[in-house]
Amino acid sequence: MTSPTHIDGDAPEAMIARDMVKKAAIVGPILIIAFGLIWGVHGALSTAYGLAIVVANFVLAAAMLTWAGRISPGFVMGAALFGYLIRLSLIFLAIWLVRTASWVELVPLGITIVVTHLGLLFWEMKRVSLSIAYPGLKPTSASKESTSK
Amino acid sequence: MSILAQATTAAEAALTAADQKSISAAGYAGLAYGLATLGPGIGIGYLVGQSVQAMARQPEAAGMVRTTMFLGIAFTEALALIGFVVFILLKFV
Repeated sequence: MTSPTHIDGDAPEAMIARDMVKKAAIVGPILIIAFGLIWGVHGALSTAYGLAIVVANFVLAAAMLTWAGRISPGFVMGAALFGYLIRLSLIFLAIWLVRTASWVELVPLGITIVVTHLGLLFWEMKRVSLSIAYPGLKPTSASKESTSK
Repeated sequence: MSILAQATTAAEAALTAADQKSISAAGYAGLAYGLATLGPGIGIGYLVGQSVQAMARQPEAAGMVRTTMFLGIAFTEALALIGFVVFILLKFV
Protein backbone atom coordinates (compact mmCIF):
# COMPACT_ATOMS: atom_id res chain seq x y z
CA MET A 1 0.00 0.00 0.00
CA THR A 2 1.38 3.40 -0.88
CA SER A 3 1.44 6.22 1.61
CA PRO A 4 -1.44 8.72 1.22
CA THR A 5 1.12 11.49 0.92
CA HIS A 6 3.09 9.72 -1.80
CA ILE A 7 3.10 11.59 -5.11
CA ASP A 8 4.45 10.32 -8.40
CA GLY A 9 6.92 12.68 -10.02
CA ASP A 10 8.08 16.01 -8.66
CA ALA A 11 6.81 16.96 -5.20
CA PRO A 12 4.68 20.14 -5.25
CA GLU A 13 6.68 21.78 -2.42
CA ALA A 14 9.91 21.32 -4.36
CA MET A 15 8.33 22.84 -7.49
CA ILE A 16 7.07 25.84 -5.53
CA ALA A 17 10.39 26.35 -3.72
CA ARG A 18 12.31 26.21 -7.03
CA ASP A 19 9.96 28.76 -8.55
CA MET A 20 10.39 30.99 -5.50
CA VAL A 21 14.19 30.84 -5.85
CA LYS A 22 13.81 31.97 -9.48
CA LYS A 23 11.54 34.83 -8.41
CA ALA A 24 13.98 35.81 -5.65
CA ALA A 25 16.75 35.94 -8.26
CA ILE A 26 14.62 38.41 -10.24
CA VAL A 27 13.50 40.62 -7.35
CA GLY A 28 16.71 40.34 -5.29
CA PRO A 29 18.96 42.68 -7.30
CA ILE A 30 16.20 45.33 -7.42
CA LEU A 31 15.77 45.18 -3.64
CA ILE A 32 19.54 45.21 -3.04
CA ILE A 33 19.99 48.28 -5.23
CA ALA A 34 16.99 50.07 -3.67
CA PHE A 35 18.12 49.44 -0.07
CA GLY A 36 21.72 50.12 -1.07
CA LEU A 37 20.66 53.58 -2.22
CA ILE A 38 18.96 54.24 1.13
CA TRP A 39 21.41 52.59 3.59
CA GLY A 40 24.60 52.43 1.53
CA VAL A 41 26.87 49.45 0.95
CA HIS A 42 26.16 47.97 4.39
CA GLY A 43 22.44 48.16 3.66
CA ALA A 44 22.92 46.37 0.33
CA LEU A 45 24.97 43.62 1.99
CA SER A 46 22.39 43.22 4.77
CA THR A 47 19.60 43.02 2.18
CA ALA A 48 21.47 40.30 0.30
CA TYR A 49 21.97 38.42 3.57
CA GLY A 50 18.26 38.74 4.46
CA LEU A 51 17.28 37.53 1.00
CA ALA A 52 19.58 34.51 1.36
CA ILE A 53 17.99 33.70 4.74
CA VAL A 54 14.45 33.82 3.30
CA VAL A 55 15.35 31.68 0.27
CA ALA A 56 17.21 29.15 2.42
CA ASN A 57 14.18 29.01 4.75
CA PHE A 58 11.81 28.17 1.87
CA VAL A 59 14.17 25.61 0.37
CA LEU A 60 14.76 23.92 3.73
CA ALA A 61 11.00 23.82 4.48
CA ALA A 62 10.28 22.29 1.06
CA ALA A 63 13.12 19.76 1.39
CA MET A 64 11.95 18.64 4.83
CA LEU A 65 8.30 18.26 3.78
CA THR A 66 9.23 16.45 0.57
CA TRP A 67 11.47 14.05 2.47
CA ALA A 68 8.79 13.45 5.12
CA GLY A 69 6.04 13.05 2.50
CA ARG A 70 7.89 10.12 0.98
CA ILE A 71 7.86 8.30 4.32
CA SER A 72 4.48 8.76 6.03
CA PRO A 73 1.84 11.36 7.03
CA GLY A 74 3.04 11.14 10.63
CA PHE A 75 6.45 12.23 9.46
CA VAL A 76 4.88 15.19 7.64
CA MET A 77 3.36 16.32 10.93
CA GLY A 78 6.68 15.94 12.74
CA ALA A 79 8.69 17.53 9.95
CA ALA A 80 6.34 20.54 9.79
CA LEU A 81 6.38 21.22 13.54
CA PHE A 82 10.01 20.41 14.29
CA GLY A 83 10.96 22.01 10.98
CA TYR A 84 9.30 25.22 12.14
CA LEU A 85 11.27 25.11 15.37
CA ILE A 86 14.55 24.25 13.64
CA ARG A 87 14.15 26.90 10.93
CA LEU A 88 13.25 29.65 13.42
CA SER A 89 16.28 28.67 15.50
CA LEU A 90 18.51 28.77 12.40
CA ILE A 91 17.19 32.22 11.42
CA PHE A 92 17.76 33.43 14.99
CA LEU A 93 21.29 32.00 14.94
CA ALA A 94 22.04 33.46 11.50
CA ILE A 95 21.15 36.95 12.71
CA TRP A 96 22.58 36.57 16.21
CA LEU A 97 25.99 35.63 14.82
CA VAL A 98 26.28 38.70 12.60
CA ARG A 99 24.42 41.26 14.77
CA THR A 100 27.62 43.07 15.76
CA ALA A 101 29.40 42.72 12.40
CA SER A 102 30.47 45.99 10.85
CA TRP A 103 28.60 45.35 7.58
CA VAL A 104 25.22 44.62 9.18
CA GLU A 105 22.38 47.16 9.18
CA LEU A 106 19.58 45.60 11.18
CA VAL A 107 16.74 47.77 9.85
CA PRO A 108 17.13 46.83 6.14
CA LEU A 109 17.86 43.23 7.17
CA GLY A 110 14.60 43.02 9.13
CA ILE A 111 12.57 44.77 6.45
CA THR A 112 14.01 42.47 3.77
CA ILE A 113 13.13 39.32 5.71
CA VAL A 114 9.48 40.32 6.22
CA VAL A 115 8.89 41.98 2.84
CA THR A 116 10.62 39.26 0.77
CA HIS A 117 8.95 36.40 2.65
CA LEU A 118 5.45 37.85 2.21
CA GLY A 119 6.12 39.28 -1.26
CA LEU A 120 7.38 35.98 -2.67
CA LEU A 121 4.44 34.13 -1.13
CA PHE A 122 1.82 36.47 -2.57
CA TRP A 123 3.59 36.38 -5.94
CA GLU A 124 3.66 32.58 -5.82
CA MET A 125 -0.09 32.46 -5.18
CA LYS A 126 -0.62 33.64 -8.75
CA ARG A 127 1.39 30.69 -10.12
CA VAL A 128 -0.18 27.95 -8.02
CA SER A 129 -2.64 25.75 -9.87
CA LEU A 130 -4.35 23.77 -7.07
CA SER A 131 -6.01 21.18 -9.27
CA ILE A 132 -5.80 17.40 -9.03
CA ALA A 133 -4.16 17.17 -12.47
CA TYR A 134 -1.60 19.87 -11.66
CA PRO A 135 -1.21 19.97 -7.86
CA GLY A 136 1.76 22.33 -7.87
CA LEU A 137 2.31 25.15 -10.31
CA LYS A 138 0.07 26.07 -13.24
CA PRO A 139 1.24 24.19 -16.33
CA THR A 140 3.04 26.07 -19.06
CA SER A 141 1.99 25.46 -22.66
CA ALA A 142 5.12 23.32 -23.22
CA SER A 143 4.38 21.05 -20.26
CA LYS A 144 0.73 20.72 -21.37
CA GLU A 145 1.87 19.50 -24.79
CA SER A 146 4.32 16.98 -23.31
CA THR A 147 1.56 15.65 -21.00
CA SER A 148 -0.92 15.20 -23.86
CA LYS A 149 1.61 13.29 -26.03
CA MET B 1 21.77 36.49 54.88
CA SER B 2 22.17 40.18 55.61
CA ILE B 3 25.48 40.16 53.70
CA LEU B 4 23.68 38.78 50.66
CA ALA B 5 20.97 41.43 50.98
CA GLN B 6 23.59 44.14 51.26
CA ALA B 7 25.42 42.82 48.18
CA THR B 8 22.17 42.80 46.18
CA THR B 9 21.36 46.38 47.23
CA ALA B 10 24.87 47.48 46.28
CA ALA B 11 24.60 45.79 42.89
CA GLU B 12 21.22 47.43 42.24
CA ALA B 13 22.63 50.81 43.18
CA ALA B 14 25.53 50.29 40.80
CA LEU B 15 23.12 49.85 37.88
CA THR B 16 22.31 53.11 36.23
CA ALA B 17 18.82 54.00 35.09
CA ALA B 18 19.91 53.37 31.50
CA ASP B 19 21.14 49.87 32.39
CA GLN B 20 17.86 49.05 34.12
CA LYS B 21 15.90 50.35 31.13
CA SER B 22 18.03 48.25 28.79
CA ILE B 23 17.54 45.10 30.90
CA SER B 24 13.80 45.63 31.03
CA ALA B 25 13.66 46.29 27.25
CA ALA B 26 15.55 43.03 26.62
CA GLY B 27 13.11 41.16 28.85
CA TYR B 28 10.06 42.59 27.08
CA ALA B 29 11.64 41.93 23.66
CA GLY B 30 12.21 38.29 24.62
CA LEU B 31 8.63 38.03 25.87
CA ALA B 32 7.33 39.54 22.62
CA TYR B 33 9.36 37.03 20.57
CA GLY B 34 8.11 34.13 22.69
CA LEU B 35 4.50 35.22 22.25
CA ALA B 36 5.05 35.79 18.52
CA THR B 37 6.21 32.19 18.00
CA LEU B 38 3.48 30.66 20.18
CA GLY B 39 0.54 31.59 17.92
CA PRO B 40 2.11 30.40 14.65
CA GLY B 41 3.18 27.18 16.39
CA ILE B 42 -0.44 26.43 17.30
CA GLY B 43 -1.54 27.50 13.81
CA ILE B 44 0.94 25.25 12.02
CA GLY B 45 0.02 22.31 14.25
CA TYR B 46 -3.68 22.74 13.45
CA LEU B 47 -3.00 23.33 9.73
CA VAL B 48 -0.82 20.26 9.29
CA GLY B 49 -3.17 18.09 11.38
CA GLN B 50 -6.11 19.00 9.15
CA SER B 51 -3.98 18.52 6.01
CA VAL B 52 -2.89 15.03 7.06
CA GLN B 53 -6.52 14.16 7.78
CA ALA B 54 -7.52 15.49 4.32
CA MET B 55 -4.77 13.41 2.65
CA ALA B 56 -5.90 10.29 4.53
CA ARG B 57 -9.54 10.84 3.51
CA GLN B 58 -8.79 11.68 -0.12
CA PRO B 59 -5.40 10.35 -1.22
CA GLU B 60 -5.90 11.42 -4.85
CA ALA B 61 -5.93 15.04 -3.70
CA ALA B 62 -2.71 14.67 -1.68
CA GLY B 63 -0.68 16.83 -4.06
CA MET B 64 -3.20 19.66 -3.93
CA VAL B 65 -3.44 19.42 -0.13
CA ARG B 66 0.34 19.45 0.22
CA THR B 67 0.62 22.57 -1.95
CA THR B 68 -1.98 24.35 0.17
CA MET B 69 -0.29 23.10 3.34
CA PHE B 70 3.14 24.35 2.25
CA LEU B 71 1.81 27.80 1.40
CA GLY B 72 -0.24 27.85 4.62
CA ILE B 73 2.82 26.99 6.70
CA ALA B 74 4.80 29.74 4.98
CA PHE B 75 2.05 32.32 5.57
CA THR B 76 1.69 31.32 9.23
CA GLU B 77 5.45 31.45 9.65
CA ALA B 78 5.42 35.04 8.41
CA LEU B 79 3.77 35.99 11.72
CA ALA B 80 6.68 34.49 13.65
CA LEU B 81 9.15 36.26 11.37
CA ILE B 82 7.41 39.60 11.96
CA GLY B 83 7.67 38.95 15.72
CA PHE B 84 11.33 38.05 15.32
CA VAL B 85 12.11 41.21 13.36
CA VAL B 86 10.32 43.33 15.98
CA PHE B 87 12.39 41.56 18.66
CA ILE B 88 15.63 42.27 16.79
CA LEU B 89 14.72 45.92 16.26
CA LEU B 90 13.65 46.41 19.91
CA LYS B 91 16.72 44.68 21.27
CA PHE B 92 19.52 46.00 19.08
CA VAL B 93 18.44 49.21 17.36
